[in-house]
Amino acid sequence: MVSARRLFKHFEELVAVDHVDFDIVRGESFGFLGPNGAGKTSTMRMIACMSPKSGGELTVLGMDPETRGPDIRARIGLVPQEDSLDLQLTVLDNLMIYGRYFDLPKKVIGERAASLLEFAQLTERAHDTVEPLSGGMKRRLTIARALISEPDLLILDEPTTGLDPQARHLLWDRLYRLKSRGVTLIITTHYMDEAEQLCDRLVVMDKGKIAASGSPASLIERYSTREVLELRFPPDAGPSRNALAGIAERVELLPDRVLLYTESGDRALAEVGARGITPLTWLVRRSTLEDVFLSLTGRTLID
Amino acid sequence: MTSGTTPGAIARHDLLAPGGPRITPLALLGLGRAKRVFQRNVVVYRRGWIFIVSGFFEPFFYLVSIGLGLSKLVGAVHVGGQAFPYTVFVAPGLLAASAMNGAIFDCTFKIFFQLKIMKVYDSMLSTPLGPSDVAKGELMWAICRGGLYCGVFICVMAAFGYVGTPWVVLCLPAALCVSFAFSGVAMAGTSFMRSWQDFDFVFLAALPLFLFSATFYPLTVYPGWLQVVVRCTPLYQAVTLLRGLDLGLFTWSLLGHLAYLLAMGAAGMAVTARRLARLVLP
Repeated sequence: MVSARRLFKHFEELVAVDHVDFDIVRGESFGFLGPNGAGKTSTMRMIACMSPKSGGELTVLGMDPETRGPDIRARIGLVPQEDSLDLQLTVLDNLMIYGRYFDLPKKVIGERAASLLEFAQLTERAHDTVEPLSGGMKRRLTIARALISEPDLLILDEPTTGLDPQARHLLWDRLYRLKSRGVTLIITTHYMDEAEQLCDRLVVMDKGKIAASGSPASLIERYSTREVLELRFPPDAGPSRNALAGIAERVELLPDRVLLYTESGDRALAEVGARGITPLTWLVRRSTLEDVFLSLTGRTLID
Repeated sequence: MTSGTTPGAIARHDLLAPGGPRITPLALLGLGRAKRVFQRNVVVYRRGWIFIVSGFFEPFFYLVSIGLGLSKLVGAVHVGGQAFPYTVFVAPGLLAASAMNGAIFDCTFKIFFQLKIMKVYDSMLSTPLGPSDVAKGELMWAICRGGLYCGVFICVMAAFGYVGTPWVVLCLPAALCVSFAFSGVAMAGTSFMRSWQDFDFVFLAALPLFLFSATFYPLTVYPGWLQVVVRCTPLYQAVTLLRGLDLGLFTWSLLGHLAYLLAMGAAGMAVTARRLARLVLP
């Protein structure tokens, strides 16, 4: 569906996407992970033909975005990072007018709008203005709007950022349904649980480059251990790296926490106890994509 | 006193088909997808129709104040060797100014609001619509809205007896061209605006145009060099075109004014499309 070779994008001095390669196949759910400024949105916008590439090759739905932009956009649904709903229109008119931009007949849009409002759980709000809707409702409406043209490819840029847990889970549920209907999804997110839940395959982007790629499970296997033991200590009163040597495959010392990456958290905990180290609290958990992400992109705050 | 326009062959004949011109801007400009942008405006303003109605009051205010007030102090004005009452002289000028003001108002505030605040064009351009469709569609809307007001203006002129000749019907299509010219340039200018403060420049440009473009008095009032300057400004073109049509003073120079206005609108439209692509599709 999408193929990129040495794809490159810069804004004057700033290199946003630095020669990346990826392939997205029909029916899969593909994720772009990365901290802010990693180049995810720039990549999305190039795929959506909303930003010309600066170099490299890009094919979307078998076409060149440079020459076939309108044809590609006709088959893509875009859910941008910031809701760009038409606040001057009602919920229903947002769907109706957006459908008209795709030159769909009014009758077809009307039928689709009714079922999409149902899908987005917004049927009761059909004739309300958009402004007073909650963040979750606006997000669902934006997704419904992107689906009005029955796209082959749905691009979601940070779909659940800023939503409460209920709204996020409802949205995930809707995205699952789309996926099971065979819609190809491209998702950018910095929520690791979201990527683990939704993505078949993903790439981790950092500073415009692809740092790693694979399925969530394979990435965890490759870049982290099966379990993580988290020990909490009073600030600056934790053990030294030497005191923990040999307990885990990798040890990370943070100001008030120690993370031990290990195959068995319980075994590591026993060893910590045996060495006479007593943390305030402890937690054994499974390794997540977040651990992969942090080990690949570092803990420094990027803005 | 003369109108200051180039004397030339008078071509009263065959400019007008019987029954008057038919205004079908959708047919003239309704290229492909641009009409979708127009339709969005229809839906938006169907809910906010009061904003449309408010525009009808402008001609009343203008014509009443000039007709009841100013015309009492001013005698006849000579244009093209003929004498016209001041109200008849000034009415087409006010019509041109009204078309300009309407276009500027609609295409600056509204476009800025939709471009920068509401991000309407971001979502439009994620569909098969392209920047030039958006520019054309918004222009179509601005011209239609302007045409509606100008139509009312002309009716009010007629009701007050301020019309020069029956040729005034030609003022309607001509006013659409005026609307096109100023809407195009206003939209293009708006695309360069960074904040609401920049709108001060709009008034800085529109007010002197309104006052000095031979709207209220003939160009011959000015010294020679200033006449040349004024002849170059856009509202002068509009005023002279509409006045010439209304008073039935057909000269070839009217075509020159028309060409100026059409070129201005086309340039504005092209710049708007380019700027939209730069701003929304970086």
